[in-house]
Parts: sequence; C-alpha cells; structure tokens
Amino acid sequence: MADATVKRLDASGQRPDGLEGFVADWSSDQRAFKKVSWGKAMMWIFLLSDTFIFSIFLVSYMSARSSTTEAWPSASEVFALHIGGADIPLILIAIMTFVLISSSGTMAMAVNCAYRKQRRNTALLMIATAALGAAFVGMQAFEWSKLIAEGVRPWGNPWGAPQFGASFFMITGFHGTHVSFGVIFLLIVASKVWKGEFDSGRRSWLCREKGDYEAVEIMGLYWHFVDLVWVFIFAFFYLW
Amino acid sequence: MTKAKIHQASNAPAAAPAHEEGQQHPIKLYLVVWLLLFVLSAGSYLVDYADLQGLLRWSLIVIFMLLKAGLIVAVFMHMAWERLALGYAILLPPLAVLVFLAIMTAESDYTLGSRLIFFGGQ
Repeated sequence: MADATVKRLDASGQRPDGLEGFVADWSSDQRAFKKVSWGKAMMWIFLLSDTFIFSIFLVSYMSARSSTTEAWPSASEVFALHIGGADIPLILIAIMTFVLISSSGTMAMAVNCAYRKQRRNTALLMIATAALGAAFVGMQAFEWSKLIAEGVRPWGNPWGAPQFGASFFMITGFHGTHVSFGVIFLLIVASKVWKGEFDSGRRSWLCREKGDYEAVEIMGLYWHFVDLVWVFIFAFFYLW
Repeated sequence: MTKAKIHQASNAPAAAPAHEEGQQHPIKLYLVVWLLLFVLSAGSYLVDYADLQGLLRWSLIVIFMLLKAGLIVAVFMHMAWERLALGYAILLPPLAVLVFLAIMTAESDYTLGSRLIFFGGQ
C-alpha cells in the first residue's frame, strides 16, 4: 500500500495558513496507525461510532422487552410466511440473511480482484453485491408492508407488548437505510472502477495515485459492517 | 535528530523495502469463510426451526452469532492482518457497551418490579 502521508507545502516550501492549513494539518502530519491510510482509519472510526448507535438500539430493545409486563410477540410466528399450505417460521428473514451473507462474499471477492488489478471482475462483483443488497432492501420493504397491513404500529400491535413495533421499525429501519446507502455507494465506486478512473493517475478523494484501489477495500469495510450488524439483529431481534 | 529521521522515513514510501500491495490473500480463504458463514447461519435458523428452548436455545444463538461476527471482522474486514494499534482502537471501545448492558438489565428488572407492584401486572 502506498504511503498516505502527503506533504502539503506551497511553492516557497511553507505550510499553508488559514482554513487550508487547518485541513492540511489535520489530514497529514500525525500517524498512530502505521501503514493504514487515513481513508481506512476514518472508515474504521466511523464504523466504531455506528457500532455504538446500533448497540444502543439493541440495548433499548432489550430494556423495553425485559421491563414490559405483557407478552412479547413471538418473532417466529410474526415473521412466518404461508408457503405451500404451511406456515414456515421466519423463512423470509432466513432468506434475507443468506442474501446478505452472499453479498458479503461477493464484496470480499471484489476487494481481492481490485488488488489484483482485475478491473472488469471488480466492477462486476461490486454490481452483484449491490444487486444482492437491493434484493435485501426489497424483501425488507415487503416485510414492512406485510406487518403494517397486519396492524403493527410503533405504538401497538395485535399480538402483545406495544413496544414491539417501535423496536422493530427503529432497528430494521436504521439497518435498511444503511444497506440502501451502501448500494448507492457501491454503484458509484463500481462505475469508477469500470471506467478505469483509479488507473488514470488523476488524484481524487477516492484515489491517491495511479493504481490505488484501496477505495474498494474501504467500501468493503462498510459493506461487511452492514452484514455484521445484521448478524446481531438476526440473533437478538428475530431468534431470541 | 532521530525524530526527523523517523518522520522522513514515514514520508518516503519509495525507501520501504518492497511493501505489499494492499491486502492479498488466497481466494480459497474467502470461499471457506463464506461457506462457514452459510453453515453457521443455517445452524442459527435451525435453532428456531427445531424450536429449541431455554439455555440451549440462547447459548447456541450467541455462539453462532459470535463465530459469524468474528469471521466477518477477522477475515472479510482483514482485521486479523492489521496492526494491533488499529485492532485495539476499534475492538476495545465496544466493550463499554457490555457495562451499559449490565446497567440497563438491572434498571429494567427494577422497572418490571415496580410495574408489577403498582399496576398489578396489567
């Protein structure tokens, strides 16, 4: 990986002042994370903050569920689908889980291809990842419509503790929003890879130098995080 | 003097001896992890399908969950190959959530108790 530290000196060799100097100072000099570019370090720190957001949602769901005197609706039954004359428990959620894991797999392969400089494969795998992500959001929209039609609201539902709806819409809604933004950014980065922008030698906010494909790995970090959050939502909200 | 030297070294990528290009790992590793994630997900779905209850249910759910999370972070997100400085900076702070979880468990126990006493379990 190329060194991310860039000297931002003007023509006379002086550090820039003012706002430009502020940005330059914060973006280059000090490095705790050796051989980790700022882009990657900042993505990790963003993901850390996101971890706290989702943790707080899950802890508040835990508090609501364990402090209510009413029975909590059984996720196994609420999320069952009627297929071929029988109710299959949690089947849609299981399919969504497999779709998201598959998208994580294609993303990992895309990162691998990117570092091998296989432009076409990288872009195609990223588009496949985005398609799987979009399928996930589509299934979630279906699930939301089904539950809303059955009378689930943030303040009540036909089966038990009224906090069920609030927890469900908040947690899956926030996660679905993350997936949707991920799909958009995947398509942006994929189109840049496809057009060969990272091989052009032009500096941009995604590319430091010719052949710098780290943006794909950073995009991958975000995408795997979305999958990671789903692992916890699946375990705590749907299976518990 | 030494400081200047170190700074110079960190600013001169050309001087570094043949540094590796990004994260390069065999494709087979990703495929194995992918397969494991499928198996673990199927396992946690089967816990619900087989309608296991009690201690067995939630211990299996948590074990499958932690294994999946570990595989994703270590291999897919390459944390296993990053330097410890980054790993600790990212992976240790979430442990504070466990403290919060403990506090909220005690708090919701208390809330449930007062609801039962004052509202008679309605």
